[in-house]
Amino acid sequence: MTALPIRAGRRPGQLRELTGRVGWGIVAWVVAIAFFLPVLWMVITAFKPESAAETWPPKFVFSPTLAEFRLVFSGMGPYLTHSVIATVGSTILVLLLGIPAAYALSVHPIKRWRDGLFFFISTKMLPIVAAIGPLYVIALHAHLLDTIWLLIILYTAMNLPLAIWMIRSFMLEVPSELLEAARLDGAGRIREIASVILPIVTPGLVSTALICVIFAWNELFLAINLTVTNAATMPMFLISSVPQEGLYLAHLSAAATVASVPVILVGWIAQRSLVRGLAMGAIK
Amino acid sequence: MAQVKYISASRVFAKDAPPAVDALDLDIDDGEFMVLVGPSGSGKTTALRMLAGLEPLDGGRVEIGERDVTFVPPKDRDIAMVFQNYALYPQKSVAENMGFALKMQGVRKEDRARRVREAARLLDLDDQLLDRKPKQLSGGQRQRVAMGRAIVREPKVFLMDEPLSNLDAKLRVQTRAQIAELQRRLGVTTVYVTHDQVEAMTMGHRVAVLSGGKLQQCASPRELYDNPVNQFVAGFIGSPAMNLQTVPIVDGGVQIAGTTMPLPPSVRTAAAESGLRELVLGIRPEHLHLADSAGELAGEVLLVEELGADALLHVRLAGGGQPVVARTEGRKPPARGQNVTFHVQPDDIFAFHPSTGARLAG
Repeated sequence: MTALPIRAGRRPGQLRELTGRVGWGIVAWVVAIAFFLPVLWMVITAFKPESAAETWPPKFVFSPTLAEFRLVFSGMGPYLTHSVIATVGSTILVLLLGIPAAYALSVHPIKRWRDGLFFFISTKMLPIVAAIGPLYVIALHAHLLDTIWLLIILYTAMNLPLAIWMIRSFMLEVPSELLEAARLDGAGRIREIASVILPIVTPGLVSTALICVIFAWNELFLAINLTVTNAATMPMFLISSVPQEGLYLAHLSAAATVASVPVILVGWIAQRSLVRGLAMGAIK
Repeated sequence: MAQVKYISASRVFAKDAPPAVDALDLDIDDGEFMVLVGPSGSGKTTALRMLAGLEPLDGGRVEIGERDVTFVPPKDRDIAMVFQNYALYPQKSVAENMGFALKMQGVRKEDRARRVREAARLLDLDDQLLDRKPKQLSGGQRQRVAMGRAIVREPKVFLMDEPLSNLDAKLRVQTRAQIAELQRRLGVTTVYVTHDQVEAMTMGHRVAVLSGGKLQQCASPRELYDNPVNQFVAGFIGSPAMNLQTVPIVDGGVQIAGTTMPLPPSVRTAAAESGLRELVLGIRPEHLHLADSAGELAGEVLLVEELGADALLHVRLAGGGQPVVARTEGRKPPARGQNVTFHVQPDDIFAFHPSTGARLAG
């Protein structure tokens, strides 16, 4: 507006600011590319024939082939099904259990809610390796070994603490005046959750679900120790792509590329709804 | 419609702290517009929330329409509240916001829509706004939707918690008049909380002044202004505030600005009975009349605030002490640094006890 003379006086500072911005921009790009390069390499390798995949220096000119993908698609059917069931099933369960739990720890906190909250997160402090023995024995006696139910239960247990913490933090952001308005309007607990709280925390639920999906989808340790064939998941498929001998890099890359697509897809969908929902501007 | 009664109602937040609301006794008549006013921390909002049922009572009781509602849940008290931030449900449309309470009561859809439209018309909300989300409305429209949500319920009592504080100054003045007019038309008992004494004076049939959780005085705006019962009410009501100065008592009156100002006999008697050697003298800015050189209170102008219709003079009186504020005509006010003298009518003098703050009969 009227800042012209001041601006003229600030020119050296502005220049410094500009170079600073460019500098940080370069740093950001370098870091981003450093993270992205292995992924790019994986995707490129997936399109190479097995013989071209392991050359050094790597070839950038080659005749792309879908042969490895064909091979992957022909073998991954059951693995994909198991992964989808375990991931979707556990994520739904996590939300069903996590929403009421988070509500009881935030909006109308129960007695000793701090202890409850700490207990949930403390279950994540034990390394899972330490629990695998007992888990195996329990699964064995419950006749759940190598079943999809076992994975659904374990993935739910694995993700629930984090989900409760996340959903709770979103619920805490619901303005108390809104909840009071709902009480005055005659909404009971169920109504309060369904009509007032959930619509507001939906973006938070989406991001919580996204994280649960990613963790469940990529989980390997429990799956490899407690399942064999009837519930083997995509990460196990990746491992099975590595043969005892011979070339496998292109095949593994193709399998890994296919395995990451669903997570990327879910993330992309979730991101759109996150951006759409995050503006909670109507309260002020 | 109903009358509202607070009967030594108390609320204590922490054991060691003084009560937020201390044994409040207040009768609000059927159809009355009662304003609770006070500085922050005076307990006015807590008192309102106790009536709403959002805050439990630690003593006493609250009645609405001669029914003891102390332990009745908020939804069964037949009240509607307008919140400071409006508290509109962001994911619901305007119509859904306004009709939510009716939906909870099980009112049929057509009736709901009809009552929402009626309320919207009453508030000059266009029909096309009814389908919008709160986010898409201006501040003034949101405020009216919040009002509409209360009106739709046809409650016995309206509760309003600083409903105008989020509006800009011009809109606030407009809406102030609209709410007062609407309340008069609907005739619903209304309890209105504000920290703004102008709102309190212009809107309330009666105004209850609170401070430190205690009711100081409850009276009509005119009565509060003309007859404040204590120093707090005198200083709180009126803008600019009443000039309050602690002055020594001398023979024939009080010592101020180097002269002796006579006191009404009743004040003198009251002061003598309490054995006071000084008292707090209160003079409203508009009661300091500029006089020719023959005036009683002399002083020097420190600052002139021009308000258009009139001007405020900040004057240091001859004897020193706190500067006083005087309201004078806007045309040709004295300049800064000029010496002025004021004349004060003896009837316009207020006197308060220096330690208790109570009014000395006058």
